[in-house]
Amino acid sequence: MLRRASMLLACRSILAARARPFSTDLPAAPSADATFTEAWTKVIPNMDPPKTPLSFMQPRPPTPSSIPSKLTVNFVLPYASELATKEVDMVIVPATTGQMGVLPGHVATIAELKPGVLSVHEGSEMTKYFVSSGFVFIHANSFADIIAVEAVPLDRLDVNLVQKGLAEFTSKLSSATTDLEKAEAQIGIDVHSALNSALTG
Amino acid sequence: MASNAAVPFWRAAGMTYITYSNICANLVRNCLKEPYKTEALSREKVHFSISKWTDGKPEKPTLRSDSPEE
Repeated sequence: MLRRASMLLACRSILAARARPFSTDLPAAPSADATFTEAWTKVIPNMDPPKTPLSFMQPRPPTPSSIPSKLTVNFVLPYASELATKEVDMVIVPATTGQMGVLPGHVATIAELKPGVLSVHEGSEMTKYFVSSGFVFIHANSFADIIAVEAVPLDRLDVNLVQKGLAEFTSKLSSATTDLEKAEAQIGIDVHSALNSALTG
Repeated sequence: MASNAAVPFWRAAGMTYITYSNICANLVRNCLKEPYKTEALSREKVHFSISKWTDGKPEKPTLRSDSPEE
């Protein structure tokens, strides 16, 4: 009886997996609505149908059947786009779960970033940025979207300011009373020690 | 299901993710070298005017030009 139950469970889960594809494998969305354009041309044949936002967007590139050789990275900040669909070999992102290396063909992942160093490896060159926080979305088609609030190349950071900040927040932590103050001091310590290890490491 | 796994310390202290993220960004900006630091801080300045409404009518607006707070 137990054997039949486990067989039924196995069958059901396989069927469910086959019936519902992962959202990462969705086909590219159509860029124009066919029924709308037909209806428009029937009523107003002389004018072009208006464009919808979808037609301006580039369709999502499909997931290739074999692993592509390069990873396409979009690295954006609120005020600038650092890298826009740049083909690279690997990026190492500072996820909250540790430094995560992303290669082409990486499994689709969403990761939250902690303050740390992001390095982009292209051929033999490597560019490093210090990221304050953000998210990285890795899609199944080897596209990675990295969004950060603040990201600076390491040579723009001042070591003295970093160490002063670290000392200041360490003392704030010991003198903090409320939970909120303690949290702020702790954030300060985390960020400054990450900055410190980025500059010295 | 059991309650969510260990929340980050800042959320346990009542801070939202946006507040946390903005604090981190401000701290990083304060550690920049000189020309970049003034650029970054001036880029992040905000100016806004607030008016409170009472009885369906706006009162005199106050102009605030804070440098971004948390």
